[in-house]
Amino acid sequence: MSGSRVRVSLVSIELHRATLPNGLRVLLVPDPATPVVGVAVHVDVGFRSEPEGRTGFAHLFEHLMFQGSESLEKLAHFRHVQGSGGVFNGSTHQDYTDYFEVLPAAALERALFLEADRLRAPKLTEENLRNQVDVVKEEIRLNVLNRPYGGFPWILLPPVLYDTFPNAHNGYGDFSELEQASLDDAAGFFDTFYAPGNAQLTVAGPIDVDTTMALVDKHFGDIPARPTPVRPSFAEPLPGAERRQAVPDAHAPLPALAMGFRMPDPATDLDGYLAHVLLASVLGDGEAARLERRLVHADGLVTDVSASAGLMGSLDARDPDTFTVTAVHPAAVEPDRVVGAVDEELEKLAATPPSPDELARQVARWSAALHQENDRVMYRMLGLGARELLYGRAEITLELTDRLAALTPAQVAGAAGALRGAGRGVLLVEPATQQEDDA
Amino acid sequence: MTAVTTHRTAEEIGRTAAGPRALPALGETREVPLPDVVERTLPNGLRVLAAHRPGVPMVEVRMRVPFAGRTPDHPAVGELLSSTLLTGTASRDRVEIDDELAAVGADLGVSVDPERLSVGGSGLADGLPRVLGVLADVLTSATHPDGEVARERERLAERIAVARAQPRTIAREALQRKRFGDHPITREMPGAEEVAAVTAEQVRALQAASLVPGGAILTLVGDIDPETAIAQVGEALAGWTADHDAYELDAPPLPAPGDLLLVHRPGSVQSQLRLSGRALRRDDDGYAALQLANLVFGGYFSSRWMENIREDKGYTYGAHSGMEFVPGGSLLGVETDVASDVTAAALLETRYELGRMVAVPPTPEEVEAARAYAIGSLLISLDSQGGLAGTLTSLAADGLDVDWLRAHPGRLTAVTADEVAAAALAFFAPSTFTGVVVGDADVIGDSVRALGGITGP
Repeated sequence: MSGSRVRVSLVSIELHRATLPNGLRVLLVPDPATPVVGVAVHVDVGFRSEPEGRTGFAHLFEHLMFQGSESLEKLAHFRHVQGSGGVFNGSTHQDYTDYFEVLPAAALERALFLEADRLRAPKLTEENLRNQVDVVKEEIRLNVLNRPYGGFPWILLPPVLYDTFPNAHNGYGDFSELEQASLDDAAGFFDTFYAPGNAQLTVAGPIDVDTTMALVDKHFGDIPARPTPVRPSFAEPLPGAERRQAVPDAHAPLPALAMGFRMPDPATDLDGYLAHVLLASVLGDGEAARLERRLVHADGLVTDVSASAGLMGSLDARDPDTFTVTAVHPAAVEPDRVVGAVDEELEKLAATPPSPDELARQVARWSAALHQENDRVMYRMLGLGARELLYGRAEITLELTDRLAALTPAQVAGAAGALRGAGRGVLLVEPATQQEDDA
Repeated sequence: MTAVTTHRTAEEIGRTAAGPRALPALGETREVPLPDVVERTLPNGLRVLAAHRPGVPMVEVRMRVPFAGRTPDHPAVGELLSSTLLTGTASRDRVEIDDELAAVGADLGVSVDPERLSVGGSGLADGLPRVLGVLADVLTSATHPDGEVARERERLAERIAVARAQPRTIAREALQRKRFGDHPITREMPGAEEVAAVTAEQVRALQAASLVPGGAILTLVGDIDPETAIAQVGEALAGWTADHDAYELDAPPLPAPGDLLLVHRPGSVQSQLRLSGRALRRDDDGYAALQLANLVFGGYFSSRWMENIREDKGYTYGAHSGMEFVPGGSLLGVETDVASDVTAAALLETRYELGRMVAVPPTPEEVEAARAYAIGSLLISLDSQGGLAGTLTSLAADGLDVDWLRAHPGRLTAVTADEVAAAALAFFAPSTFTGVVVGDADVIGDSVRALGGITGP
């Protein structure tokens, strides 16, 4: 095979930027070929910024932003998006919260109106707060409490690897703290973090740049400027050694483990970060990947194994972010055998860099995955918007294939060596005894 | 709690001097640009569909082979066939197969269910011949090596244990048994002991007997020339032949209305409500009206049921109803997960909303919103190579083509509120449903039984 097969056509995407007088940053991404338009607001606050005693508040607040605003009664936001033929969602990450809709292009101005109205004047009420606390508790029961491996590893691993509250706490939140959340907490959170200067608007689709910019100004322009919060550093020292913790899981039939490592700061060492991204692919992507071959097939230690550069995906957070290796394994296999085999594979890669062909194959898969992201307005918009907000450069998405292709085997070997040297967190999920026979 | 020591109150935040503003009107609607689809049946009986959809230099591949079982061990053997199809051929081992695909940014995955075996994936468009080469290789000379079968047998047993710990799997299996008894359509996942008994010989024999081209469909959508792509398929897969067609699953008996079965899951903190009634297939004249009635009930966020049990009562994170096609029929599914202590209340509200569909039919405003969503979300779902490839494949299996897709917005537009009301009357009466409630019977049993229409522990 040859690396020249990797075609990079993403560079044809045009990006247009502006900043409104109130500080709102705007990114327009025209694409005449689609009949679909997407509008996204990324706000520069995630669960790492929520206060102690209020775990889960950033996510709860995301729910409240759908509950009505000055011009929109409760339920109206959903009804207007869907009644215009569109779909919507929102999500809360470590460092940002996004809100978006994708609709037939005819609904562009309506979507801008809907986003502007809640960024200007959301209707925060006690009744809606209590209702959404209940809904969020159901979300947590569904995704964490009532199923095996709930919150594995994104909730369970950070407290093993990190010491400070922002990095270590549960972003879904404890029930008792969600129940204590008050309307005044919500008002304070909005006034602090949802200032227009702390947000980024992204519009993608068959749009005319000048017309769309005028519509953006019409709907968002009169949101008054407010002070933007000073973004704290979440940096903390490397763990230096291994930390280990075991947690019981009442629903899990098999043990699982997660190894968490620190990664380079993507803002100051993007290539170092990307070497970890490519390392994750070499370790875990496909039947030919190193950990798949060794742990699943050669040694038969694990049922499944995966590696990921980034706790919630690659290039989805600022520093510090987490490189993870996760595996589900039979009870007969001691966790240390799994950890030991991962260590050996990392050491092999550190000592003998992967071949250029091995890297080229993984870059080709990344290239294909980025093309697929780009083929859907929703994912293209969300990817560009998140990277613009986090790093100030949506172009990272467009350059990603080239930058990955330019990485050398020595850089990937260096990433493997760095993981071996900087300490780590190891989380063990242990099946708790079940009493199925009591019934 | 925040860096700002003084902030506005919630009430101050929610109003501005200018006051509420008017919702902007919709702009002009753009046509749905669906490409032409070239269809050809190869001499071996394989139907090939190909469509040119540029945008990104990728091609999406979907293959679907009817794959009904003819023996009791079929689900277990079929799962192992699916797990080992890409692990060895006469000329390549597992790693070489993956390397060959990765060289052109491609991935292929195999899955199997009671009706069919599916191979799906994507790759860089100019790598299509290579992807087809791998596909031909595994279809004509997969060896299912003894060692790979042995290893995948262990893994499959472990994965089944994990899957059966998931409440959604427990609920699905209970619902299928309740709806279809012991018909083969219920055999979605084999038992661990059945998997343990499978030999590599059985897997090879099943591939020879059942993984055959007659009646199968292969769809290619992407930055390709359809005629060239079909010629490449014809050349690559010419050696894939059999003396009989692939096996279609017999139509199951459609479920009768009846009590909900309470299924005990000790220690559960939520309950799964799974109700099911009859529905219509896509080629039925009443399908579009039923589609809109379903949206109004529970088919999208702005539905009566979701607005009631989530946005008003806070009983659930999600509630959804939708149609599921089975051979010879179609079923309506009504599904939500709710906290144990509100299970009876959620069931009561669910029955209330079903009854309200009959007693208080969808209003013209509700019908208009559902119609706009049905048309718009169809447009969005088809606006990617993968979305179009998947939809074309499932339509083709039902004997429908891209013309059906092109005409569907028109059919949705023509539906009247009276037709939606008639569909609601015919398909949403609470008395026409059956189903299951899965949860901790010690916690929820007394209150759900008191509502009536419940059997079980």
